[in-house]
Amino acid sequence: MRVGVVVFPGSNCDHDAWYAVTRNLGQQAEFIWHDSQTLGQVDAVILPGGFSYGDYLRCGAIAKFSPVMMAVRKFASEGGLVLGLCNGFQILTESGLLPGALLRNRDLKFVCRPVTLRVETTNTPFTASASRGQLLRIPVAHGDGCYFADQRTLDMLEKEDRVVLRYVDNPNGALRDIAGICNERRNVMGMMPHPERASDILMGSTDGRVILESMVQSLVAAAA
Amino acid sequence: MSDLPASELAKVRSILQREPTETELGIFTVMWSEHCSYKSSRLHLRKLPTSGERVLQGPGENAGIIDIGDGWAIAFKIESHNHPSFIEPFQGAATGVGGILRDIFTMGARPIAVMDALRFGPLDQPRNQRILEGVVSGIAHYGNCFGVPTVGGECVFEPCYNGNPLVNVFALGVFRHDEIFYGRASGIGNPVIYVGAKTGRDGIHGASMASAEFTEESKQKRPNVQVGDPFMEKLLLEACLEAMRTGAIVGIQDMGAAGLTCSTCEMGSRACTGVEIDLALVPQRETGMTPYEIMLSESQERMLLVAESGREDEVFAVFRKWGLDAVTIGRVTDDAMLRVKNHGVVVAEIPNRELADEAPLYDRPHNAEPYRSAPMAAPAFASSDLQGDLLKILASGDVCSKRWIWQQYDYMVRTNTLAGPGSDAAIVRIKETDTSIAMSLDGNGRYCALSPREGAQLIVAECCRNLSTVGALPLAATNNLNFGNPERPEIMAQLVESIEGIAEACRHFETPITGGNVSLYNETLGEAIWPTPVLGIVGLMKTALPVTIPFKEEGRTVVLLGGLGDCDAIRFGGTQYAKVVLDQLWGLPPALDLDYEKRLQAAIREIVTAGIAESAHDLADGGLAVALAECSMGSIGASIDLSTSLKPEIALFHEGPSRILVSTAVPEQVERVAHAHGVDAVRIGVTMKEELRIGNDSMTWIDCPVYRLREVSEGALENQLSFTHV
Repeated sequence: MRVGVVVFPGSNCDHDAWYAVTRNLGQQAEFIWHDSQTLGQVDAVILPGGFSYGDYLRCGAIAKFSPVMMAVRKFASEGGLVLGLCNGFQILTESGLLPGALLRNRDLKFVCRPVTLRVETTNTPFTASASRGQLLRIPVAHGDGCYFADQRTLDMLEKEDRVVLRYVDNPNGALRDIAGICNERRNVMGMMPHPERASDILMGSTDGRVILESMVQSLVAAAA
Repeated sequence: MSDLPASELAKVRSILQREPTETELGIFTVMWSEHCSYKSSRLHLRKLPTSGERVLQGPGENAGIIDIGDGWAIAFKIESHNHPSFIEPFQGAATGVGGILRDIFTMGARPIAVMDALRFGPLDQPRNQRILEGVVSGIAHYGNCFGVPTVGGECVFEPCYNGNPLVNVFALGVFRHDEIFYGRASGIGNPVIYVGAKTGRDGIHGASMASAEFTEESKQKRPNVQVGDPFMEKLLLEACLEAMRTGAIVGIQDMGAAGLTCSTCEMGSRACTGVEIDLALVPQRETGMTPYEIMLSESQERMLLVAESGREDEVFAVFRKWGLDAVTIGRVTDDAMLRVKNHGVVVAEIPNRELADEAPLYDRPHNAEPYRSAPMAAPAFASSDLQGDLLKILASGDVCSKRWIWQQYDYMVRTNTLAGPGSDAAIVRIKETDTSIAMSLDGNGRYCALSPREGAQLIVAECCRNLSTVGALPLAATNNLNFGNPERPEIMAQLVESIEGIAEACRHFETPITGGNVSLYNETLGEAIWPTPVLGIVGLMKTALPVTIPFKEEGRTVVLLGGLGDCDAIRFGGTQYAKVVLDQLWGLPPALDLDYEKRLQAAIREIVTAGIAESAHDLADGGLAVALAECSMGSIGASIDLSTSLKPEIALFHEGPSRILVSTAVPEQVERVAHAHGVDAVRIGVTMKEELRIGNDSMTWIDCPVYRLREVSEGALENQLSFTHV
């Protein structure tokens, strides 16, 4: 399978995502520059972590206007798999591909540490290989990871089984401990933790692989 | 306008054979400032060992370069941003990170790790809390956004840093041998190209500010501090590395201290060429800037490069892609002069070499005894509560967990951090090889205040021991010398003694110094900091899962390599026990046997590499008791029996070096290796669940659940910061 990793000016987890997909999972990956109008021949897209366009104004607020995001929107509307990690999640909410917003962390400080997540649903292409209730040890590293949405949206997400990952030890004050959600069609997911940082045993945990592997398996299943 | 002393002004006149213009005077003032010219320290820095078979580049370039095999190399250096961080903690620290990162990538290396050595006044003063919080968020802001992991460091609190916090930033980058670039303006006629951020009025005379003591007026120097933009720096990094790959770049240097002045004359001087630029072509952020201001601006995120004539467009295309300014502002000439024009009119014309390399050199008087105020004799002391003493030390600023600090740093970005903050040494793997780089940063002003020479040696030994404890072979070092006013002979004596101590120890451990930084005039209102040399030492190891500090399994033997050691009362005066429990400072630092230390390090490297230790942790601040507590902060503790004639305070808390704690399932194998190296290995106890118990055959001194040790250590910094905020 071939995964496209979008590179915005200021992306800094792009190589990490590329490395996890190619070296840890043995799949193919390529970089897609932010001013590209098309995605080329990719089966899935990762919006990596970092500080796209310096995260000036608001995290992800400038990235949503980049040419590549037009292509990502089109790709998603055709059912393509889009995974936003950290800054990628922020870009997905700013772009309207996912509901809600990521606000400044509760204690106003950047936080980098491993957290424990619970898989809330396996009914997504990104968690299909996991089991419901499975606990994953994956790092977070962000200043703006506090998930926020109005009551109605939150209730809707719960009702539609779209809260994919929840913090067991909430590091940022996210409402209802939300760490990752998907869209209505379930082909777009955003999450604040970094599965690409937990895909290599040398980094201390391989719990993140189940997210990337699920994505690959889903593509394989769809292609079959 | 000029701060040049009369003797230096006379030297300027003799170089130019005329009166200098205002711009020329400004140029000389910054280039000959202490910060840029090392005029007080240069004479003594020559005593440092700088060569070795792995050294590809020693001092004199933007960073030192070390061969790590397989065609790969690392560039690393440490630099201070002390003065700016006092005036404006957030931006001062942020631009400190930015500056050292540019030093690394200007050589062609991609930065893969940063560490910081920090010193503040005690946290019971709200101002010090504010400085700490500002500095930490400044470092986090810059490093996190740039995308380099901050993998370790150290942080110490002493009253002498009250008006003079220290912010020393270490950075390390990696590249292939054929990707190394130097700051040389070679090739007569080649274009000189300015890239990156536009020039503004910020930071003018920053280098001179960093070369003077603080007075009451210093707070008005805020405009001298630069403002950092890590996003711009990230673009500059990617653009520079990409431009280098075109093959069209001949030489490149960042604009750091003394900005355009320093980069032009140094590049010319190194290549024995001249550089001619026209300031009207320099991208400017403000209108009406004078030549003086443009030449002395320290605006951040700028680089100067020399390209091959005719290939400028290849370079411009790359910078355009990254949305950055790239403008030809001049040419390389054959007359060895720095010629600065403004709209075609010459405003400065100075011989490069005289400006860059022949700055005044002072042999400042240092025949005094190194300044110290501490008494030599030990006071009487006897503890009634050794467990209480241990908890007090674990909760103290120097010893407690620095989690509150390093959790604000992205220490994992680039997915190479095998061991991060809180480890004895940080380990960063090089993905393209099977090698990893270990690095350690250490300083100890307390020891150096008692004896600058012995203190400096202890620091080198400690860094090398940290590296060896994780299994890495120490390779090379960089140092940051933080001292007071060198014009005072007793301060100058501290500096000289420290340099000689470092030189001696670095020779012994075969870790040449490949570069570094000297920060003098760290005084406020006549009060100097303690002599504070900081060492950053790097080592090499095979990539593997690291052996870490916590005990892993119960029922394992705890072995103390190096043994219980010995310490008389005089050598106990610089310990954390003396500081935290007794609130005193006296005597001398712990005694160091360089030969024994080296054998111990060889032994632990062999033990760790052979996989026969389940955990390993070297003894440092707080001695044996603190090290045992730190090993117990997982869920496994230990029962320790110390049969010794030493009095318990000393046995538990003396800081004698050359000692490492390991836990092992095969103690006889550990002993065999230790003995083969002529090193003591003493079985002092057995690991057990959830409790740390220390005593001898008749008494129990400490008996504490491990969660309590962890709680006290991890909560301490936050507790100290939770009081009054201003």
